[in-house]
Amino acid sequence: MLSQDFIRLALIAGTPIAIASGALGYFVVLRSQVFASETLSHVAFTGALAAAAVGIDLRFGLYAATIGVALLLAALGTRAISDDVAIGVLLAWVLGLGALFLDLFNRSRSGSNGVIASRTLFGSIFGLSTSDAEISAIVGAALVVAIAVIARPLLFATVEPRVAVTRGLPVAALSAAFLALVGVDAALTTQAIGALLMLGLIAAPAGAAHRLTANAYLALALSSGFALTSLWLGIALAYEIPSLPPSSAIIGVVAAIYVIAFATCKGTVKNARK
Amino acid sequence: MNPALTWNLPEDVRQLFVYPFMVNALAAGTIVAVMAAVTGWFVVLRRQTFAAHALSVMSFPGAAGAALAGLPLSAGYFVACGLAAGAIARGSRTADRRDRSQESAVIGTVEVVGFALGFLFLSLYGGVLENLESLLFGSFLGISTSQVYVLLGVAIGALTFLAIAGRPLLAMSLDELVARAGGVPIRALEIAFLLVLGLAVASTAQITGVLLVFALLVAPAAAAREFTPDIGFGVALSVAIALAVTWIGLGLSYYTNISVGFYVSSLAFGVYLVARLRRRIAHPFGDRPRVVSIEPS
Repeated sequence: MLSQDFIRLALIAGTPIAIASGALGYFVVLRSQVFASETLSHVAFTGALAAAAVGIDLRFGLYAATIGVALLLAALGTRAISDDVAIGVLLAWVLGLGALFLDLFNRSRSGSNGVIASRTLFGSIFGLSTSDAEISAIVGAALVVAIAVIARPLLFATVEPRVAVTRGLPVAALSAAFLALVGVDAALTTQAIGALLMLGLIAAPAGAAHRLTANAYLALALSSGFALTSLWLGIALAYEIPSLPPSSAIIGVVAAIYVIAFATCKGTVKNARK
Repeated sequence: MNPALTWNLPEDVRQLFVYPFMVNALAAGTIVAVMAAVTGWFVVLRRQTFAAHALSVMSFPGAAGAALAGLPLSAGYFVACGLAAGAIARGSRTADRRDRSQESAVIGTVEVVGFALGFLFLSLYGGVLENLESLLFGSFLGISTSQVYVLLGVAIGALTFLAIAGRPLLAMSLDELVARAGGVPIRALEIAFLLVLGLAVASTAQITGVLLVFALLVAPAAAAREFTPDIGFGVALSVAIALAVTWIGLGLSYYTNISVGFYVSSLAFGVYLVARLRRRIAHPFGDRPRVVSIEPS
């Protein structure tokens, strides 16, 4: 299996993405921002379509859109807990813009209409080029480093925001930086495994880890570990069973991990505090 | 067909009703707008927009699964939405309390599993689901008269449920402990609401696309809640906004040939922005004047 080029590229690109998504996901779940991350993944879709409609590099559209909206979301959420209703309204509009760009794109280049949409929506980790994989690996590794740097203050600001403010931590800036990182992750994941499935690596491993332990650092490690396991297992499964799309295989493993965690541990009262 | 917009407004409006498909589209849009606006008011009150989004997305695996099994599409929609509503209601509680972190993780997981299954069914089906685009973004062309009647039936059912269960649902959304002490069956009501929401969303999405449902479900209700904390007035305002946005959106789409989803979501977003700005100006220092609100966890 490892002698195949496309498998090697998938592993090279996917491994840092999975580690970063797992770790970011734990904070996302802890801060109840899964909806915000979901919105960012849809924004990635709209950004890519906008770039396609205008005719510029897709990657530029992706990153500009996700980071821009991430900062907008950070500005909207004045409280520590993000405002789901405002995010919902924004999401509806972003999807509406996606519809517009899809229309414009279809009109400018009839024929290949559904292809670009389904490629950005679902991606294919088995269809990466060498340069795609290199970029993914580099950006992914940079993300992991960035998370490691802000992990400790971010955890403090998440768990005890008021105490963190009195200690002089820049809580608002941390939140914005965090959402921007999620935006970068959304753009990166969109290229590799597709906009719609990015949520799988963010929500499910972290949700499982959050159920299993209240120890933050252990949960961070577990979450990244789960994400990585599901990526590798999913790729192997999809390789063995040709009719199984890799994205579905990865999400299948992730969901299984989550269900097992849910069944074995009902969550402690301490976890229910939030 | 190439209708042109003139400055003669009555003539323009008359033009809208020339084609039967457009009459059906307007009828379906009206039904959907009313149902979504009323249901959406409760969604916004209960802060369940994410759950609503996940349920609306379930029409994708529903459609793909139904195509694979050779069943009618609507059967697939309803099964997928029902299963997802059950899973979300089951998973979003820890130690019998609503748990925000866990709730958002469960909804995200349910949603992404839905996508993965939809993608798997699609790949097993082998064919191209050529209406993927209209599934997501809606196409109001070709709505049959019988579809309008089905939609009307679902809307009456959903609105009847809300009329009966509205009071206990409101009580429970405001203060769960007090409602429980008053004998409100919390869990049952929670699941029932999600199921009705799923039903409403699934039936609507077949015609208007996932996107349009969501825009109509959240934005008008959120805007209405910015304007007034009053319940009856708020629901009425939400319905009025949804209707206006739908009719104008359909009209614009008819004349410009750009997706109706874009117009409806942009108009709804605009109304919401105006509502927020107005509150910011009217209450520069205070929070919104709320009679009803959920403790922000």
